[in-house]
Amino acid sequence: MESVTSPTITQLRKTPLNPLHRCLAAKMVPFDGWDMPVEYPASGGLIAEHRAVRGSVGLFDVSHMGDIRIGAGRKPGGALAAVQHVSMNDASLMAIGQAHYSAMLYPEGTFVDDVIVHRLGEEDYLLVINAGTREKDIRWVRENTKSFDCVVEDLSDAYTQLAIQGPCAAEVLQELTDANLSAIKNYWFTHGTVCGLRNILIARTGYTGEDGFEIYVPSDRATSEEVWAKVMEAGREFGIIPCGLGARNTLRLEAKMALYGHEISDKINVWEAGLDRYCKMEKGDFIGRAALERARAAGLTRTLVGMEMIDRGIARDGYGVYNEAGEAVGVITSGSPSPTLGKNIALAYVPPALASVGTTLYVEIRTRKCKAQVVPTPFYKRPKRAAAPQTAKTA
Amino acid sequence: MAYPAQYRYTKEHEWIDVKDGVATIGITDYAQHELGDVVFVELPKVGTKTVAGKSFGTVESVKAVSELYAPAAGEVIDVNAALQNTPEKINTDPHGAGWLIKIRLSNAAEISGLMDAAAYEAYIAEKGKEASA
Repeated sequence: MESVTSPTITQLRKTPLNPLHRCLAAKMVPFDGWDMPVEYPASGGLIAEHRAVRGSVGLFDVSHMGDIRIGAGRKPGGALAAVQHVSMNDASLMAIGQAHYSAMLYPEGTFVDDVIVHRLGEEDYLLVINAGTREKDIRWVRENTKSFDCVVEDLSDAYTQLAIQGPCAAEVLQELTDANLSAIKNYWFTHGTVCGLRNILIARTGYTGEDGFEIYVPSDRATSEEVWAKVMEAGREFGIIPCGLGARNTLRLEAKMALYGHEISDKINVWEAGLDRYCKMEKGDFIGRAALERARAAGLTRTLVGMEMIDRGIARDGYGVYNEAGEAVGVITSGSPSPTLGKNIALAYVPPALASVGTTLYVEIRTRKCKAQVVPTPFYKRPKRAAAPQTAKTA
Repeated sequence: MAYPAQYRYTKEHEWIDVKDGVATIGITDYAQHELGDVVFVELPKVGTKTVAGKSFGTVESVKAVSELYAPAAGEVIDVNAALQNTPEKINTDPHGAGWLIKIRLSNAAEISGLMDAAAYEAYIAEKGKEASA
């Protein structure tokens, strides 16, 4: 038995919690240049982690994510104008304490990266970016905000970012903070004392399709480990377990959240990815807008659909998609067994004519063409709970 | 988990148990640990010929697809059908109920080139050292 794809080992970066993950006997893998835990077999492994988040609560180290601050220059208005120029959502609509899903685009209307923009203050924005695109994103923001009166700061190494996710996340975190978490709506944030640390950013965001929080604590190892331990302790009565990137991926896939390099990339535009609702064409000019105007006029040639396997077989990233006549029509961007649904699910780009729910498609799995069909997405939507706000997308 | 002394082992982490010219084949405890929760197995039909060192199927976890390599040449005479609905048997009992296929060996001498339990344990101990280096 041997892995079909064995990743090449280069100099990997490590989060401040890396020694802890190794101590927990996590299975470590290279991910986007980082040495990250994919699962923690000792506490149950990937499927148990996935179920913990859907059913109760799980804790993720997501410190590999990057952070870019765009702050005030000498005159007012510069930071907002810069954010508006480099991202597609309308940052002028955000109140202080609010965040939203957005993306930075190339002039072609394709993706530099998807981001969560937080409005920290009057003239102060924090963009949370992907690990694999950190350097590229920072260069991109610096290059493209030069003509704006603003200050760009790379805060990526300043924070240990922990994601506490699941229907019990609020109860767990509430034990550790003076901030009133029930007052924080989905995609809003506050600053509060967490584990005795003052002024910690607490955001009701995540990448699981479940309720949850992401907190940003100082990145020194001692503080990071202490906060991790306290969250685990507070979560014990809820059965909290550490969760790795494996569960993070199956959770986000069920919720149809995009992953850079898969559903979105420098080759895929906003309309194809179906992220129209986060792209505010009416807000004024921004990088990529003109190309998106043209793309809209030209019409779609492919669109992202959700699929469910009918035949036995698991569709994986990169597998070919075929129509009933056996012609190649598209490609799988993400595919996996869905622990929540007990089915094998996938996302794929196909021509719009083949995108209606119920359409039969075939996925080439090794030498066989396996039957699948287009299904509604998201594959999983969390049940509405009293006072639980509507789910949304995240980077 | 102990590695049965009467089995022989490959570098690709399959085990083979030979009795009267019939060999049962599975993956090792080390392999199932590396793979994680097994969710899917694809095995050959009875009558298929296996070739030593060549793929005879795949085993999949949530995250990954792994090829299964035949430890020896032969003809498939039985397939563990229970794995279709309970692939997790490979995790819970890799050296027993999680067996994959049985073959009638075409050349029993091929087995002598494989590792015994002691050699295999030394081999995976070495792998473990590499991984933590």
